[in-house]
Amino acid sequence: MHNIILKPGERSPDVPADTAKTPLQCWVKGWALEEAGVGERIKIRTPAGRTVEGTLTAVNPGYTHSFGPSVPELQGIGAELRKLLREGKSSG
Amino acid sequence: MARDLSYKAVMSRRKEIMEKALGMDYSEFIRSPLAFDYEGMMEKVGYSLERVRAIQSEVGVGNTPLLELRNITELVRRTSRPGMGARILVKDEAANPSGSFKDRRASVSVYHAKVHGYRGVLAATSGNYGAAVASQAAIRGLDCIIVQETFDSRHVGQPEIVEKSRKCEAFGAEVVQLTVGPELFYVALMLLEETGFFNASLYSPFGIAGIETLGYEIAQQCRERYGKDPAYVVVTHAGGGNVTGTARGLRKAGALKTKVIGASVDLTGLHMASDTDFNRKSFTTGHTGFGVPFATWPDRTDVPRNAARPLRYMDRYVLVTQGEVFYVTQALAEVEGLERGPAGNTSLAAAIALARELPQDELVVVQETEYTGAGKHPQAQLNFAKQNGVIVRRGDPRENVPGKVIVIPEEFSQLHVTEFPMEKLRKSYLKNAVERTGVKEVTPEDVKFLAEDSRQTEDEVASYLEQLGVKVLGKA
Repeated sequence: MHNIILKPGERSPDVPADTAKTPLQCWVKGWALEEAGVGERIKIRTPAGRTVEGTLTAVNPGYTHSFGPSVPELQGIGAELRKLLREGKSSG
Repeated sequence: MARDLSYKAVMSRRKEIMEKALGMDYSEFIRSPLAFDYEGMMEKVGYSLERVRAIQSEVGVGNTPLLELRNITELVRRTSRPGMGARILVKDEAANPSGSFKDRRASVSVYHAKVHGYRGVLAATSGNYGAAVASQAAIRGLDCIIVQETFDSRHVGQPEIVEKSRKCEAFGAEVVQLTVGPELFYVALMLLEETGFFNASLYSPFGIAGIETLGYEIAQQCRERYGKDPAYVVVTHAGGGNVTGTARGLRKAGALKTKVIGASVDLTGLHMASDTDFNRKSFTTGHTGFGVPFATWPDRTDVPRNAARPLRYMDRYVLVTQGEVFYVTQALAEVEGLERGPAGNTSLAAAIALARELPQDELVVVQETEYTGAGKHPQAQLNFAKQNGVIVRRGDPRENVPGKVIVIPEEFSQLHVTEFPMEKLRKSYLKNAVERTGVKEVTPEDVKFLAEDSRQTEDEVASYLEQLGVKVLGKA
């Protein structure tokens, strides 16, 4: 679930201008203590045992981060170095 | 009566919240707005190196392998002057339970919290430290909250940090994910007040005592296997704890001639608390955005006096580029069979250039590796960089521009370091000391403290303070 912790005008005086224009937002996961749909207010119990209230943003959220496609700029490095290693020994 | 939770009100309760959450009163060590009894504070922790080793051994932390990088050493020698090219060794800290040296740091704090009856522990961190605290809390049966700076204002997460969230959750921790900004500490304070949890700060004496075993083991392993101490120990430098703890451990082992060299990724030009720069950094730690501010003024953290004081211990500070770190991460995987990093390989990139300065019979130790995985990998980081408009290409690493162009070297021989002058760090430290505390005059005790804290002579400190318009009392 999601909450706004600080609105743009309430932020620390130390944040740079671009950040100061945005609110400080927060997302916490937990188990629902009541029925709610996405976009509605909900109370949840967090893994550390806190009860918190906020706007439900996702049900059973998972992970989507990955490695992504192959990166051509990294591809040749191994072969180049192995070739160098095969070309005889160093002076030491 | 409901507590006032506004930014200002919570920050003004900071001292009392922290004292309760650390079970430690810093006032007994503080001598003046500038000076404090650093060694007294470290002693007071009450955990000797032997005790820390026992605590860590109970939970499978430490005693990690020291691996010789034979192929990388060979490549260094091929690209050095005849007879040069020290042997490069790496301390495989990824072998710790949560996959990084941060387990050492977390082990003492979580043990201390458990012994002192806290129900849970909290840490404000976007790094591997979160997973370390979560893992240690799982082992010791405590609840755990990790407060992270994860997203920009569009809810786009840095892939490396998203992976670190997952890892913390895998250990059963609650992860509070925030958008960019220094108010991470404000949220942490509110949560400490709400829960009464122990503050497993990165910067408490407990955290630093936990790293001393790393430096100690390096000296021991080098002596056992090679019959000598390393010439250089290269440490990825961000918040300063890694440098401080490792160097203290080396000293405790009697390795007094070993040079401790800090290494960071050069992110000059990117603002650390900027919403737009956040996802253009391609590195979440080990970079100059932490390395320089924490070296030049350590007391910018969640504790009244930071136990991590890198200027006391760092012999040199060198910078490498983003592209070089990605290059050596790939090299480590493909010629040494070790898939680690990327951020933890900052010191490896530096070590390759530094080993060329030394004869072949010397040792250079890279003192950490970290686990790798989805999101936390050069491939993920470079794809994300491209999505954020950063150009990625092969070429001369000197053409790397943080946030704009990541240049992956074309040749092994191009790996280099840029020396960051220690003199500049020391002067900047004194300038910060004066500006941050607002002092107009200093006592001989202050001068002595500042000299120790920045490794300068008292005369050097006094003369620079006078240039800054500060009156030096008791001076003949």
